[in-house]
Amino acid sequence: MSEVRLQIDGQEVAAPEGATVLEAAQGAGIPIPTLCHHEKLEPFGSCRLCTVEVERGGRKQHVVSCVYPVAEGLTVRTRTPEIERIRRVILELYLAHAPEAPRLKALAEEYGADKDRFGKESSFCIHCGLCVRYCAEVKKKHAVGFINRGTKKEIAFVPDIAARECWKCKECFPLCPTSWLQAAYVLVEGILFPREEQQA
Amino acid sequence: MDIARVDQIIDRYGADESYLIQVLLDIQTENNWLPHEALERVAERLRVPLSRILHIATFYKAFSTVPKGRHRIHVCMGTACHVRGAQRVLDAVQEATGIKPGETDLELKFSLETVNCLGCCALGPVMEIDGKTYGKMTPAETAEALRNHD
Amino acid sequence: MERLHSPAELEAFRKAVLTDRAPDQPCITLCAGSACHACGCNDVAEAVRVELAKQGLADRVHLRLTGCHGFCERGPILVIQPESVCYFQLTAADVPEIIEKTVKAGERVERLLYVDPDSGDPLAREDEIPFYKHQQRIVFGSNGSIDPKSIEDYVAIGGYSALAKALSEMTPEQVLDEVKRANLRGRGGGGFPAGIKWEGTRNAPDPVKYVVVNADEGDPGAYMDRSLLEGNPHAVLEGLILGAYAVGAHEGYVYVRQEYPLAVENVTLAIQKAEELGLLGDDILGSGFSFRVKVHRGAGAFVCGESTALMTALEGRVGEPRPKYIRSNVRGLWNRPTVLNNVETWANVPLIIQNGADWFTRIGTETSSGTKIFSIVGKITNTGLVEVPMGMPLRDIVYKIGGGIPGGKRLKAVQTGGPSGGCLPEHMLDLPVGFDELTQAGSMMGSGGMIVMDEDTCMVDVARYFIEFLTDESCGKCVPCREGLRQMLAILTRICRGEGRDGDLEILEDLSVVAKEAALCGLGKSAPNPFLSTLRYFRDEYEAHIREKRCPALSCKDLIAFHIDPDRCRACGRCRRKCPAEAISGAKNVIHQIDQDLCTKCGTCLEVCPERFGAVRKISGEPVPPPLPEDQRTVRARG
Repeated sequence: MSEVRLQIDGQEVAAPEGATVLEAAQGAGIPIPTLCHHEKLEPFGSCRLCTVEVERGGRKQHVVSCVYPVAEGLTVRTRTPEIERIRRVILELYLAHAPEAPRLKALAEEYGADKDRFGKESSFCIHCGLCVRYCAEVKKKHAVGFINRGTKKEIAFVPDIAARECWKCKECFPLCPTSWLQAAYVLVEGILFPREEQQA
Repeated sequence: MDIARVDQIIDRYGADESYLIQVLLDIQTENNWLPHEALERVAERLRVPLSRILHIATFYKAFSTVPKGRHRIHVCMGTACHVRGAQRVLDAVQEATGIKPGETDLELKFSLETVNCLGCCALGPVMEIDGKTYGKMTPAETAEALRNHD
Repeated sequence: MERLHSPAELEAFRKAVLTDRAPDQPCITLCAGSACHACGCNDVAEAVRVELAKQGLADRVHLRLTGCHGFCERGPILVIQPESVCYFQLTAADVPEIIEKTVKAGERVERLLYVDPDSGDPLAREDEIPFYKHQQRIVFGSNGSIDPKSIEDYVAIGGYSALAKALSEMTPEQVLDEVKRANLRGRGGGGFPAGIKWEGTRNAPDPVKYVVVNADEGDPGAYMDRSLLEGNPHAVLEGLILGAYAVGAHEGYVYVRQEYPLAVENVTLAIQKAEELGLLGDDILGSGFSFRVKVHRGAGAFVCGESTALMTALEGRVGEPRPKYIRSNVRGLWNRPTVLNNVETWANVPLIIQNGADWFTRIGTETSSGTKIFSIVGKITNTGLVEVPMGMPLRDIVYKIGGGIPGGKRLKAVQTGGPSGGCLPEHMLDLPVGFDELTQAGSMMGSGGMIVMDEDTCMVDVARYFIEFLTDESCGKCVPCREGLRQMLAILTRICRGEGRDGDLEILEDLSVVAKEAALCGLGKSAPNPFLSTLRYFRDEYEAHIREKRCPALSCKDLIAFHIDPDRCRACGRCRRKCPAEAISGAKNVIHQIDQDLCTKCGTCLEVCPERFGAVRKISGEPVPPPLPEDQRTVRARG
């Protein structure tokens, strides 16, 4: 595969064709924050935190680096005042849901996000979909999925499958950026599956 | 719903995952809602993970995973109806039935939904009861129209 | 039906259809579009059938149920050919008189004619009525003259001759080139040139390609695609087949909302009839070109109007947009090159191929060729669908065709472009309506919804309404849309309730920027437009709500009160009897009063209070006068 040369934050970077801007930046040691990205999973592009500015042929636009492919001669800026503003507001929106999540708090500090700017709606889940996608793409079990849409969207375990599969796996727990998933599972487990069934 | 009937509907299209939404629409139309056994059967026959079917069944407005009332009220909240007072019609329906959009009353008499445009903008504000259109509604006429259903 | 094997056989079929039809034979056409359906056209149709049979005219007079004529305000609409006499708002009871007088004796039934609002003269013919006279109905016009269920009707007016021409005289490249030269821009949203989109698909190396009709029309207040697909499905199909030929696709889809059952029915039937005639399927008209179409019903999600979401829905998945930076005309449905255009765009294609790109570009403006169908709705006298050449000033559409604002009210704004569009204030009415002109003014063409608002419409509430709509329709995948809209809605709702705070507008602007720059799809990126455009032109209304807790349009429920003026009340009792909340007290000769705690602000009292009394007032931003002491409640008004 041929190499592509681009510039990220003033630094010349080479990356294989077909790589994403995020991968190119990570390869060059340039940090870009992410919440929904995982190297084993297909890019999802939902958290929008990895938004960067790309410039090509004089045309600038904001794109998500976890999806945008590298291209020869591309100029990428990972920190501009606009990007700082986008990331700050996105973090503030997340903090309305999970104000105590350690990863969000650390990022909030970095970007000056105010966790109290928006009215709290503590659902804890930030819909990064890591658990859902990991279960589907890596484990191929589909024990947890999304339900509903828009502001009512949430994650839900499929009881029959969860009762069979989750007890011995639980690999999605550490992926959760708000550590909420484990609690959700424990709750579902407590309500739905009798102890004996799990042991069996 | 009879599983054999679910199979018949699937056979109409062929057990291909691209027909998933079409199959679910037919089940919804015939049965008025999507029972869990039916969804499990569809998952099995179309070889689609149940988690994906549950997302679809709760994502699209046409579907319901709970039983619906005998009479289905649709209040149009499209823009034309909105500027002509659709909210007042909706308020009147809520007042008369005691249910909010998306809800069904305990006697399974009415289910209330808001819709975004029925394409009858000339008649706004518009509501539908069991598919029959009621145009140029006032709160008083709305209550009257609901009284004629039992 | 016999399968046609060549363009010559299609011509022969057309001749046979026309020979069967005497051009001067009387024909009653009745609009059976959705709006007319809702106001009882079925009863009228039945009455016509009964009456024709009764008077022994059943074989001499043909009854044709057509698609939408556009003048929905005046439905049911009946037109008698060949004289083109139009009758409006009729009921079954009017039918015997119409048949007796107009069909048999050639006289007119005056009371059912359209009355010119300026001169007071009755107008009988479509081309005399202002609503129709100022339109140019090249796409929509056939709706009124054909039965959408009859392929013969479509063929009789020249249907499928563009297809025959393309297949026999033109290469796919020539078809593509004609559409490119015509500068046909997408009529469903962004106005992207169709020819350029098609070219990308044609040039994509993948041999399997698709063409798709987007009939997931979801903009509230816009129903032109519905009316076209219901009323003239073959025109859309013919356009689709031409597009497939041009790009080299052999499979196509019509993605249509299941909320449009008549459109689903008519397009499904049209496909079946076209297959029977050999206009779809293998070796179409002996050309060697094969193409098939399937209908896919959408299950109800506004976001599926977005191209990548529509394609995931077609694949049988949840309609969430894809996070891709490769255009869907190169990688779309099942990752194959896919052309997606909306109903109206496809319906323009046969006209361009038949009449040539030069004919098409002569209509409209330099950057926006052709016509556009608008649905003009809201506070407007003539609600309906209108087709005008691009570039017509907004004012002409609203006043010459739309007949202005009813009830002597003042126009405040026209909202165009659907939920992602914007509001144009009164002083911009001379704007020529074109893709670029609307975008520059902070709105957009969108699919052609045009919602007229008068002085009673609160612009903050309009912004709140659209943001609520979009919050409800957000797929929920990306945070700037799902969470950003949720917060915007919460703030706008507070403002409408009189709980706005300093700094609210700044937060709203912050959220708007983030949605615009960082949302995943077009829905999210354009979602702040209703807020931004109302703020741009109506900032004073926002400030009145936030600072003075006053709604200048007297519309926001929490900021208004109804009050009965004691000096004007005659104690007629109408408001008291009609009040659904039983909030009005009074008796004969006793001045009526509204109990503000019980009042639900439904406005019924204001509506029923006789105009000559005018005792009920709506107030905002000022305290409600205290209730009268009992000994002062005797009616004072006289006269």
